[in-house]
Amino acid sequence: MAAPCVFWGAAVSHRLFLGGRISLALRQGVWKAAAAELQVGTGILRLRHTTGVTAKKNVAALRRETYTVDFIKKQIEEFNIGKRHLANMMGEDPETFTQEDIDRAIAYLFPSGLFEKQARPIMKHPEQIFPKQRAIQWGEDGRPFHFLFYTGKQSYYSLMHEAYGKLLDVEKRQNQLQAKGLFSEKTKTKDLIGSRWLIKEELEEMLVEKLSDQDYAQFIRLLERLLTVECSAEEEEFVQRFRRSVTVQSRKQLIEPLQYDGQGMAFSTSEGKRKSAKAEAVVYEHGSGRIKVNGIDYLLYFPVTQDREQLMFPFHFLDRLGKHDVTCTVSGGGRSSQAGAIRLAMAKALCSFVTEEEVEWMRQAGLLTADPRVRERKKPGQEGARRKFTWKKR
Amino acid sequence: AMLTRTSRLVSGARRARHGEQHEGLHYNIPLQDMRTLFPHSLPPRFSMQVKTFSEACLMVRKPALELLHYLKNTNFAHPAVRYVLYGEKGTGKTLSLCHVIHFCAKQDWLILHVPDAHLWVKSCRSLLPSTYNKQRLDQPAEASIWLKNFKTTNERFLSQIKVQEKYVWNKRESTEKGSPLGEVVEQGIMRVKNATDAVGVVLRELKGQSSLGGFRLLVAVDGVNALWGKTTLKREDKSLVAPEELALVHNLRKMVKNDWHGGTIVLTLSQTGSLFKPRKAYLPQELLGKEGFDALDPFIPILVSNYSPKEFESCIQYYLENSWLQHEKAHTEEGKKELLFLSNANPGQLERLCAHL
Repeated sequence: MAAPCVFWGAAVSHRLFLGGRISLALRQGVWKAAAAELQVGTGILRLRHTTGVTAKKNVAALRRETYTVDFIKKQIEEFNIGKRHLANMMGEDPETFTQEDIDRAIAYLFPSGLFEKQARPIMKHPEQIFPKQRAIQWGEDGRPFHFLFYTGKQSYYSLMHEAYGKLLDVEKRQNQLQAKGLFSEKTKTKDLIGSRWLIKEELEEMLVEKLSDQDYAQFIRLLERLLTVECSAEEEEFVQRFRRSVTVQSRKQLIEPLQYDGQGMAFSTSEGKRKSAKAEAVVYEHGSGRIKVNGIDYLLYFPVTQDREQLMFPFHFLDRLGKHDVTCTVSGGGRSSQAGAIRLAMAKALCSFVTEEEVEWMRQAGLLTADPRVRERKKPGQEGARRKFTWKKR
Repeated sequence: AMLTRTSRLVSGARRARHGEQHEGLHYNIPLQDMRTLFPHSLPPRFSMQVKTFSEACLMVRKPALELLHYLKNTNFAHPAVRYVLYGEKGTGKTLSLCHVIHFCAKQDWLILHVPDAHLWVKSCRSLLPSTYNKQRLDQPAEASIWLKNFKTTNERFLSQIKVQEKYVWNKRESTEKGSPLGEVVEQGIMRVKNATDAVGVVLRELKGQSSLGGFRLLVAVDGVNALWGKTTLKREDKSLVAPEELALVHNLRKMVKNDWHGGTIVLTLSQTGSLFKPRKAYLPQELLGKEGFDALDPFIPILVSNYSPKEFESCIQYYLENSWLQHEKAHTEEGKKELLFLSNANPGQLERLCAHL
């Protein structure tokens, strides 16, 4: 995956900075590499395939590239100046120019047709672009600053040390209270819902240090143990630093408004797509379970039982098999994708007749998600999308 | 006995009295009758069901009841009335026809049943130029099969009816005037080359004699739209054969014309075996074409539609009683609703679905 390309304008000349790894295509005369220290080796690095999550957080790979603190400070200044220039260019107020505005402005000024979102031009604060680095950890005489330096994972062990210290404090306090007889049972479980522990990658990023799975597990166990005993406000705050909130519903489903036709019967319309078939369904509130597709009865339009089972799925799931009348139009695709498109359209239309909870159940059953599968492209040198030509030994 | 959903009306006399209150109930046809009336002429899925359940049960439905009502009130002095059963695929036209045939057989009519006219216009192995008329073509195989079935169905009439003319088959054989019709049939079965002509003779005799009133004639043809459609048969020189050029088709067309009296004609349209017709066509206009429609005009159309809710319930009960539905959800309400949705109350589809359960 290509590294993100970062732009910021400075008066007349444009300077392109190639952060992280150098990508192949941008070695043209217009773009000058910013500083010699950023050139990694000679020539072009082979692109390494890493997943999107860890692309910027791969701390180990950047051992060769070290950004000095001065350099980072200079980048931040340049970023701010560039932000103000951009705001002036767009005609907005430089004081109240947020990151979203920057993103919109860049997308407008440099429209890109690339499919990979991370390959498009971006302009972000240097903190988010340059991976966090550790300053030199020993002084001029060679003595390390931190007392746990020689463990290898100094920040991790210091964190464990701190947490365990807090645990011991709490237990000591509890023992004192018990001795005095003022021990009160109070358990609180409020914070656990709606939040989750940090994942290992996030912890690594926080500590700027590589961890192993066992280290991570140990740390989480310690924090959970801290939670079980009753602790004061500052310990709570300490633990909360390591929790992230989780949205209960990943996305709110759009519920179509109900419309009323001439006779006063309520109905709702919605669309659905599958592969290259598009369907639009109108579901009436009271009916006897008749379905008409393009004016033809669904039994005649879909002679195959499998397609009719697809149509049955939303109604059967909500137990409303004979209660609604549907009229739909569909075009494109084949028989199976038309059935899938109608199913999606009907499920979306049914949302307006159904309670919120049932909408959530439908979403979890996958009735409201458009199927993203499309036909994969055939590649040259292969017979199909995946099938290779027959291999002949000689 | 009529109170239960699936009642078994066993006695023969009561079978004649099917009224509207019996709609939705099943009734049993004894296997003996089955072999006489329908030798090889039931739809294949139904005959499989008969074999499985070892009993033949038909549901009494509105179109059949309507037809029976008309039949009971026909005036045999008027020219024969034509009834055309039409409907979408799988709604039960053929079985309604079978119901009517069974009824008429119990009333002692003479049954002229063509199980599927489409079989005569496609995939015929042997086509011979006709001995009677040089321009037409014979189909000895189909004709002899039909004669055998005819003989099985109408045994007792074959000795009663006497031919009106003398027919010469070839140099050595001929049938004298006044000999029983059975002889003509035997001739056709034995001498396969003359089978088609024998069929033609039989049809002509029956047509002529039914007006005399000795017996009542029921002409039942399934898939009558084959008579006016196209064929897939080719001559040796690869030229297409039109339906008129087939002797069997020609004779049958004459039979279906309403220029005789003393009986009725009941016809069924069928898209399933038809050639070159779109799948969704079911109206008489579409399936018969202009020629056929004009030839059959005037006729009484009877629409056969999907099951009503009551009939659907009754059908499911019948399957349950015969332990045909083994799925544990089949007898619950939700299971029935699912089946109703999936088959949309179409009898054919329902039968196919239940076969999987």
